[in-house]
Amino acid sequence: MVLSRPSRSWLLHPLVKPLLWGLLLAPLCWLVYGTTTNTLGANPAEALIRALGDWTLRLLCLALAITPLRVLTRTPALARFRRLVGLFVFFYAVLHALAYAVFDMGLEAADIADDVRTRPFILVGVLAWVLLALLAATSFQQAIRWLGAGRWQMLHRAVYAVAGLSILHFFWMRSGKNNFAEVILYGSVLLILLGWRGWHYWQQRRRL
Amino acid sequence: LAAPPSVVPGATTPEQPTAYQDASSYNNFYEFGTDKADPARHAHTLKTRPWTVMVEGLVQKPGRYGIEELLKLGALEERIYRLRCVEGWSMVIPWVGYSLATLLHRVQPLGSAKYVEFVTLADKATMPMVNSRILDWPYTEGLRLDEAMHPLTLLAFGMYGEVLPNQNGAPVRLVVPWKYGFKSAKSIVTIRLTEQVPATAWNKAARHEYGFYSNVNPEVPHPRWSQATERRIGEGGLFAKKRKTLLFNGYEAQVGQLYTGMDLKKWY
Repeated sequence: MVLSRPSRSWLLHPLVKPLLWGLLLAPLCWLVYGTTTNTLGANPAEALIRALGDWTLRLLCLALAITPLRVLTRTPALARFRRLVGLFVFFYAVLHALAYAVFDMGLEAADIADDVRTRPFILVGVLAWVLLALLAATSFQQAIRWLGAGRWQMLHRAVYAVAGLSILHFFWMRSGKNNFAEVILYGSVLLILLGWRGWHYWQQRRRL
Repeated sequence: LAAPPSVVPGATTPEQPTAYQDASSYNNFYEFGTDKADPARHAHTLKTRPWTVMVEGLVQKPGRYGIEELLKLGALEERIYRLRCVEGWSMVIPWVGYSLATLLHRVQPLGSAKYVEFVTLADKATMPMVNSRILDWPYTEGLRLDEAMHPLTLLAFGMYGEVLPNQNGAPVRLVVPWKYGFKSAKSIVTIRLTEQVPATAWNKAARHEYGFYSNVNPEVPHPRWSQATERRIGEGGLFAKKRKTLLFNGYEAQVGQLYTGMDLKKWY
């Protein structure tokens, strides 16, 4: 059977990527604007740390949604946005970690080390961050050649671990105040996105 | 609701009060939502008149006090207290009220009374989160009787010379300045004297994280975060260094003797 392939040639338009860049930078611009106009509330440091964490998680969901969307809507062109979104996940994770280190810890290395040691939710966040850094560092074409496609793909499956660690980080942070509504929301989205992969993999194997 | 400054020792810190805008827009009042901005957004639905407070349990003279009556029961005074939240931020707030002891003396606690329980309003019609199971409603708090009788323990009706905004616990709340903020119950409807330790909302929710005493103590970390430092809201901008948290929130001279011989790590 030949599947009809819907035309989505606009996704290949040269302006689509710059537009995506703009969209992905918009949350940061909004936060910078909020900081300069002092409209982030009574505790702007906390608001920044949390908003940057929220956006890291949101973009992670978006990055993980690209493959399911590509397959379900039969739009191969979507694949060309996956690395860009993934790198923005890391970009927001870097800002999130920086905001924590500067605003919460006053850049005191000893205090940060102490915090990582004594607070499990921070440790889990650091682990997720390190994995993201590894993925970002090997995100360019040449790295695929160096590592070999198989090993590279293996390594980049670590993004599923990042998803798990991120939601655990968020859950642990919120459980201090018994506040799980958003954790359940993001957790469900991630579960659907990862669950779909499992289901898809199983379907393909059955077909072989 | 202007009132003369209090003469109770320790009742007036010379520190710069937090901006009213911050103190009335950054609140924990879970009945109205879990986000800090939610109470200011949603608490307008709270009806603070008429309001009655039941004082009951192990007392000679239990009573039902209308809010107007309660306001006249003691001489209102202004107290500028530090407020330290268990989440690691702090404010300085000028409260208006009188010592809880004034009310307790009037109802005459029995010899068997050892604790005071505070029950707060849980009205599904006006408080959206009371329909959730995020805490076991109504929100309850408690103090040992000698803590409740301490002159610094304040029954507050106002702040910044005005009637309490709804989101800050109108029309009547407790303020216990040497304990984490959640001990200071808001929108109180019942004050009950008991012989047994009363169950408290956060202790029920997470026994190992929130003890009955919950005295401010930089040496006893919360299992999820350190309590060694705090961020003073509105102080010094984004890059301001955090402050060191003080034992009993800096009220050790006044309240330290309440805990002589107690292991504060065990009785957290």
